Amino acid sequence: MQILKNQQLTENTWKFLPDDAELPDEPIDITVSLKRWIQDQEILKKYPGKLGIRLNPDDSIDSLPSSLKKVPLIEINFPTFTDGRGFSIAQILRTQFNYESEIRAVGEFMLDQIYYLSRVGVNSFALENQENLPDAITMFNEFSDSYQTSVN
Amino acid sequence: MYQYNNKDQTLINERVAQFRRQTERFLKGELTDDQFRALRLMNGLYIQTHAPMLRVAIPYGLLNSKQIRKLAEIARKYDKGYCHFSTRQNVQYNWPKLETVPDILEELASVQMHAIQTSGNCLRNTTSDHLAGVAPDELEDPRPYCEIIRQWSTFHPEFAYLPRKFKIAVSASKTDRAATQFHDIGVHLVQNEVGQTGFKILAGGGLGRTPIIGQIIKPYLEKQHLLSYLEAILRIYNLYGRRDNKYKARIKILVKETGVGNFTEMVNAEWEKIKQGMEVSEKHFESMKAHFVPPAYNSQAAQDSSFDDAISNNTDFATWIKFNTTDHKVDGYRAVFASLKAPDRPPGDATHQQLDAIANLADEYSFGEIRTTHRQNLVFADVEQSNLFALWQKLNALNLATPNIGTVTDMICCPGLDFCSLANAGSIGIAKQINDTFDSLDYIHDLGELKINISGCMNGCAHQSVGNIGILGVDKKGIEWYQITLGGSSENDASIGDRLGPAIAKEEVVAAIGTILEVYLQHRSQEETFLNTVKRIGITPFREKVYANS
Repeated sequence: MQILKNQQLTENTWKFLPDDAELPDEPIDITVSLKRWIQDQEILKKYPGKLGIRLNPDDSIDSLPSSLKKVPLIEINFPTFTDGRGFSIAQILRTQFNYESEIRAVGEFMLDQIYYLSRVGVNSFALENQENLPDAITMFNEFSDSYQTSVN
Repeated sequence: MYQYNNKDQTLINERVAQFRRQTERFLKGELTDDQFRALRLMNGLYIQTHAPMLRVAIPYGLLNSKQIRKLAEIARKYDKGYCHFSTRQNVQYNWPKLETVPDILEELASVQMHAIQTSGNCLRNTTSDHLAGVAPDELEDPRPYCEIIRQWSTFHPEFAYLPRKFKIAVSASKTDRAATQFHDIGVHLVQNEVGQTGFKILAGGGLGRTPIIGQIIKPYLEKQHLLSYLEAILRIYNLYGRRDNKYKARIKILVKETGVGNFTEMVNAEWEKIKQGMEVSEKHFESMKAHFVPPAYNSQAAQDSSFDDAISNNTDFATWIKFNTTDHKVDGYRAVFASLKAPDRPPGDATHQQLDAIANLADEYSFGEIRTTHRQNLVFADVEQSNLFALWQKLNALNLATPNIGTVTDMICCPGLDFCSLANAGSIGIAKQINDTFDSLDYIHDLGELKINISGCMNGCAHQSVGNIGILGVDKKGIEWYQITLGGSSENDASIGDRLGPAIAKEEVVAAIGTILEVYLQHRSQEETFLNTVKRIGITPFREKVYANS
């Protein structure tokens, strides 16, 4: 599967591991829920592959640890495109946690949200429908200027 | 007034192009109904009972004559020759075709207008005092601050998918003419003890199903922190506002359920994290104020004697002056209301001919500008007293001089069942009955200041819960009934009206209003207004009379 990362088509290497799934035998790149990331810290420390976090809208971002900066990927899940909490979560990660690695939008966000998402600091996008990738690339340039100070 | 620079113009042009692409994708089936719904609403486009409805933004209610002519042209070309001014100072077209909306937006963009964020769960048009800049009781002109908020809120990337809509109102006067206590955020210009201008911030007010009066969460905010403070409130709301139930999703419910103390702490904690680096510079305030410098007033205006003569010689003119004009901060000038509440017209509607004529009159008598009011009338803000008689005659000829501003027939009325897909009952019909019944100007003037607000459903677009008399349409097994409330107010003495009793059948509403007015006239002392009488004697005498035979 391809994703959009830094406005380029990129092959995805990451897989989300549901809370009830066992850790994979192969050291593939996985993301886990915040709950699992906090609860299974000791076990996860020993996992040989790369490890990222998937945030849901009602996850308490205040409970994120300061070691967050070392996490290579944070996914922000959009259960529906109308749930805009992910926009604030991205903004806070970038501006208050000074998180610099990849923030990826996953789930039911719309192509038409890509521009605003990129402005609040989301820099990669996993589209459910791969056919939309060519259209998605055009969404970054919908506006040439802006009124607010934001991440981008 | 504010003039777009290249950046503003580029942004709205890009918005038109974006919406044109979105409309094309929707018509080709590439966007679902739900997806397009969210996108079209953020461009003011509803799908209504008969046709789409397009709501066009009038930032803080200010229009120039070129823009008014464009509104008239759009009414002619794309609609049925008229438009409707709303309670949030915006304007609505009830009959555009979906495919033509991008063209309408392009026409609007050519005169620095748009429909951005006039609907949807986002930051809406910022409203203000229709007498901004001319009111004698004003601390400072609020419009530069409104424009700063307008720019900050336009295309704000973080707050476009909020739990629910979000409305900000700004007032700078002793008398609150912008209903700031019933907005998600109310911003009041205030002075601290050493005379510096800053803001008092209210949050959590709102009308609709659960009317709540906003509470002060920041008694004094230094003005450079305006945007960081608004941003902190919005972030807390975006993260913690309820999304499980749309009727509990407004910030008023968050403030109520969290408690104003806790809510304020959350906002202040967020604000402390972000305020540094977000300050609005003095230079920016000054450059914004430069857009709102007072026009070139005639310093000899008060020398004119023809005005006093005309008042003495013409009682109709004198009556119009009394009801439809108001004091101005500059001697020899008055602000003039054009009444959109003529008895034979739906409240708030204007025809394209009227709009074109208004544009010409604005050029001739009021420095080319017009304001819209949240009570759905228009204002010529800067009319020299020597011109009032001529303006009155011309407005009269246009059916825009009904001397009823602030009286029983100056009703706020939503489009109701006739146009709106949400409505349970008609509202324009009730307004018409009230007009037909109370057709004696002497009687209307004797009643004095009296605000009737009529909404066709619980959503309360006409703010019935803060009407001195509120009329709310409800549906009972397919039949239209009306719930009456008394004693509401959206001004300084903000209050929510009390229910008079059980809902009343459509054909009995006007008789009930007549009875209520009789009770008032029996009980009022001297010059006491309807609202003050209700507050003094309570609702019982009204209830007993209205329901006497049931």
